[in-house]
Amino acid sequence: QKVSVEVLAHLEHLALVDFRDAEGVERLQKAIQFADQLHEVNTVGVEPMDSVLEDRWCLYLREDDVTEGNCTKELLENAREKVEEYFVAPPGNIPLPKLEEQEAFLQGS
Amino acid sequence: LAPWIPVVGLEIHAQISSNSKLFSGSQVQFAAPPNSLVSFFDASLPGTLPVLNRRCVEAAVMTGLALNCSINKKSLFDRKHYFYADLPAGYQITQQRVPIAVNGSLSYSLCIDSKMSQMVTKTVRIKQIQLEQDSGKSLHDDTRCQTLVDLNRAGVGLMEVVMEPDMCCGEEAAAAVRELQLILQTLGSSQAVMAEGQLRVDANVSVHHPGEPYGVRTEVKNINSIRFLAKAVDYEIQRQIEELENGGTILNETRAFDSKLGCTVPMRDKEGKQDYRFMPEPNLPPLILYDAKSLPANMNHQQVINIDWIHERLPDLPSVKREKLVEQYGILPEHSFTLLNEDGLAEFFESVVKQTQMKPKKVIGWILKDLLSYLKQHSLTVKESPVSSFLLADLLNLLEKKEISSTAAKQVLAELWKGEGKTPLEIVKRQKLELLQDQKELEQICQAVIDGQENEVIMMVLG
Repeated sequence: QKVSVEVLAHLEHLALVDFRDAEGVERLQKAIQFADQLHEVNTVGVEPMDSVLEDRWCLYLREDDVTEGNCTKELLENAREKVEEYFVAPPGNIPLPKLEEQEAFLQGS
Repeated sequence: LAPWIPVVGLEIHAQISSNSKLFSGSQVQFAAPPNSLVSFFDASLPGTLPVLNRRCVEAAVMTGLALNCSINKKSLFDRKHYFYADLPAGYQITQQRVPIAVNGSLSYSLCIDSKMSQMVTKTVRIKQIQLEQDSGKSLHDDTRCQTLVDLNRAGVGLMEVVMEPDMCCGEEAAAAVRELQLILQTLGSSQAVMAEGQLRVDANVSVHHPGEPYGVRTEVKNINSIRFLAKAVDYEIQRQIEELENGGTILNETRAFDSKLGCTVPMRDKEGKQDYRFMPEPNLPPLILYDAKSLPANMNHQQVINIDWIHERLPDLPSVKREKLVEQYGILPEHSFTLLNEDGLAEFFESVVKQTQMKPKKVIGWILKDLLSYLKQHSLTVKESPVSSFLLADLLNLLEKKEISSTAAKQVLAELWKGEGKTPLEIVKRQKLELLQDQKELEQICQAVIDGQENEVIMMVLG
């Protein structure tokens, strides 16, 4: 079962990954096949496990105290662009190239 | 033309009233310098992990109990993925598989007529309540083609309350949200002020013919007040009906309410169905809650949340407060609604009743007709009233003792409203508004009037 071009385009759009060429797509195929081995286990009537630590992994509850923040300068050091104390981002989401353009690209490689 | 049945469901996000955020220790506060209330985790810097805030869990449990929900003793956290500049991690931590509370209900009341003299009670089912993170804020700078991002709000705890599509119009949606707002404020789990973004409502609207399946629904966002909620819902219902009657179709889309134009418009960036690729949050184990029966013997009690303990300490909900007011003071149910609808008005009323001999059934008229209309006219809250409960009680006592007439009392109230510090008695004396009690004096005055108007008297006697 091959991964269709539509599914590839959908995945690239959702995860912002670039499968780039036939080799990349083949690697994806192999990864899916590897994961599909999980289907060989019969899990009928078995509750999904959240962690191998089961009941021993207790969710820690923190007290409602203010202990962090106030580090604007440090945070903005990571920003390529800033305006006053705001991070700067492009306006809205920039759409990826359309499916037809991608198809042509993949066929070419 | 076949009738249309509108169907309205709501998704409400209420910001949890807490000192710090849901998964980090940065402060929760409205209007602070940009990016000053942001921790490394909120900014999604690598190597940071979420740590759950106990207060947020308690707030969600309280709210679930107040809405008659079943509290899930084991609930799970998930990641909801999408890309947006104000979501630095690229995903939101939410509860998609098993939320903290499910299957509740909310009762609310509507006035049948505009005079508020007949009320009807309706119920809307609560599908679930889930804990989730708020996103940061985007400021769109169209002139410079950029978006400015402030992460102060990123990571603040939210309770998402999902209401089933049991409502049929803007008025019902507004009344349901108003009641939810009052409940949240009474519990203290959220301050629920819509103007400050502490309560956000998205409406899901569709129409269909009786007996046919539900129609395609649209989601309406960007609703900033309860009044606009009613308008947005009613507009969207009308728009869909007109579209369908003209042979068109309804797209399953997200629309924004434009309050200036009073209409809904399609939203860009939200075209097509979103695939959020939900996955369990790997950094958080299940959230386990306990009750009196299941309480573990040897656990640090700071790490234990006992649902029954919280249940026992719930304050009186608005519906209970209203019943008590009606029972204790003999006022009408409609009156109790108005009393609870204005912040501080019920307390003001009770304070006046304590300080006056006038019966509560009479006092209520002065509170709801005279005081409230003054407050509304001058856009004042009860707390800002220039007439205190003490002064009003004082005035009502004069009226009750028949020292002044009801007309005179209204005059005195108008004078008191100026807030010049005079007492009711001082105003009565200064404006000579006292009722004459002396029988002889009254007779003399009447006689003088009759004497002065002889002709008119003769005409009256002759018929």
